Amino acid sequence: METFAALAHGMAVAVQPMNLLYALIGVFLGTAVGVLPGIGPALTVALLLPVTYKLDPGGSLIMFAGIYYGGMYGGSTTAILINTPGESASMATALEGNKMAKAGRGGPALATSAIGSFVAGTIATIGLAFLAPWLVDFAVRFGPEDYFALMCVAFVTVSATFGDSPIRGLTSLFIGLTLGLIGIDKLTGQARLAFGMPELLDGVEVTTLAVGLFAVGEALHVASRRHHAEEKIEPVRGSLWMTRQDWMRSWKPWLRGTMFGFPIGALPAGGAEIPTFLSYSTEKRLSKHPEEFGKGAIEGVAGPEAANNASAAGTLVPLLTLGLPTSATAAMMLAGFQQYGLNPGPLLFAERPDLVWGLIASLFIANVMLLVLNLPLVGLWVRLLAIPQPWLYAGILVFATMGTIAAKPSVVELSMLAAFGVLGFLMRRFDFPIAPVVVGLILGPIAESQLRRALAISLGDPIVLLQSPMSATLLGIALTALVAPFVLKGLGRFKASED
Amino acid sequence: MTDSASGDLPQRPASRRIDPAGLVIAAALAVLAAVLVWDASRLSSTSMYGMGPEAMPVVIAIGLGILAIANLIDTLRGNLPPRESADPKPVLLILGGLALLIAIIGLGGGFILATSALFVTTSAAFGRRAILADLAIALVMTTLIYLAFDRLLTLSLPAGPLERLL
Repeated sequence: METFAALAHGMAVAVQPMNLLYALIGVFLGTAVGVLPGIGPALTVALLLPVTYKLDPGGSLIMFAGIYYGGMYGGSTTAILINTPGESASMATALEGNKMAKAGRGGPALATSAIGSFVAGTIATIGLAFLAPWLVDFAVRFGPEDYFALMCVAFVTVSATFGDSPIRGLTSLFIGLTLGLIGIDKLTGQARLAFGMPELLDGVEVTTLAVGLFAVGEALHVASRRHHAEEKIEPVRGSLWMTRQDWMRSWKPWLRGTMFGFPIGALPAGGAEIPTFLSYSTEKRLSKHPEEFGKGAIEGVAGPEAANNASAAGTLVPLLTLGLPTSATAAMMLAGFQQYGLNPGPLLFAERPDLVWGLIASLFIANVMLLVLNLPLVGLWVRLLAIPQPWLYAGILVFATMGTIAAKPSVVELSMLAAFGVLGFLMRRFDFPIAPVVVGLILGPIAESQLRRALAISLGDPIVLLQSPMSATLLGIALTALVAPFVLKGLGRFKASED
Repeated sequence: MTDSASGDLPQRPASRRIDPAGLVIAAALAVLAAVLVWDASRLSSTSMYGMGPEAMPVVIAIGLGILAIANLIDTLRGNLPPRESADPKPVLLILGGLALLIAIIGLGGGFILATSALFVTTSAAFGRRAILADLAIALVMTTLIYLAFDRLLTLSLPAGPLERLL
């Protein structure tokens, strides 16, 4: 019952008129930016971070909740209407959703994705509210060695397990870890990798890295291959509303998608790809209309969209209770906390319950607003999609540089932004995943300080990492997850040669 | 989120030809590892117990070294994914725009001029030829952004000659 009291208190914070306004602005801006082609939720949060610079932490985090959900919803609109999923989590949605739009059923596709996101988001947020206090009780007993082991699990799962190539994923992660070393070492005050430049002593800003990799990198990538294909927007024709049959075919996929999305998102494994594709294949198997799959089956939009949103709420579980971001978007949320000197984790629940529970409560409110705002405003979002590409990317770059100019208007910082843009372009071109770089930059320094703390307590004896059962188990999981893809790949090759 | 997989690459069977780009990637990772070790060697270890500041860079350098070898093997096996041709001209135009922006900010030209320059070059990189019209759009838009963020949200954006007129 403690949870209910805390949640009620959070609601009281979230429904203050000013906070409601912040949530509304967040949802609106999040959707407006997220709907632009090529912009995923992580970049949406990164681009809109400057807007929240001057707010108090409470209001800013509430606006964040809105931006987060708005950005997710905007991404699926793009996936349905122009078949360019801004991120891999929307790829399953694009499969059936774009076919529906081509068949003139774009309205119901957008509606089932909006209502499904609402259902999934609400259930998953309830799950978050109940799981979080329990996990926090558990996490307060964690020693530094346990945290270090947990981060090793996150490193491996984010970079190695789910990508196409574990080698490329790990390469991305280690680039991020290297960037995390730059700056003054907090324990001894010595500068690492600063090359005598005073601007580098504070380390690499997460927002500079994320905006450079995602926004500038994406713009360069799209510009370089503009001569290949033009994108085509499907107009929304016919009724916007779902028929009785659409409802009948949608509600079970919504619930099943939530069941896939939330637990997988809540594990420190990260990634919405697995649950969305699991949901897609399950719906395909269970559907009474399997012949429609590939031609625009509504189940194939309803399920993955619900899974996507539920896993987004799921990733907030490790983020809020353990301070562990397991997706690029969660990493940007962590950067949002850090700009106020707040560190998510068990302590934040004890020290600033109003902030944490206000954030959780505003997730509910953001969800409701999303539904109320998006169904009627579909026409506006579609028009945003129609901005000509030259102005779209020019505008994106203006906003991208504005964030850096507002934070640190220095030549060095802007040059870093441009350099990260080139890095992002090259990584896209050679098929290296981007998210592990951001996660490595954020988690690397934290993992290092936990490890050094653990070793300082044990007087330098590394056996401490294996003495705690928690840490030993987690390190075992990390090792298994690191080795498994290589072993499985070997098995797969064996099988393939058998056929 | 693997944004890199923008879903356009036809999955051809991996060709056995060695891609020179893979060799460059492996070499770059090896150089990065060497830089880390060189930088770590300059640090003095002051902590009495446990790890000093130089331990982690060395660990990461070892990881980078292993990954350099792994990427090299991947390349030699022809596992680097095939890629479409890229047009270097728009990329250079956008980078030129960024350089212009950095120069204008560095010389005190202010937010509006700097971001307008970036807007026009980017838009040209995406195939627009109406440069004067785009310049007008850019000036109006960045002025509005400047007013909204500098005055309403009180973010401090760098002021140049144009901003002082407002």
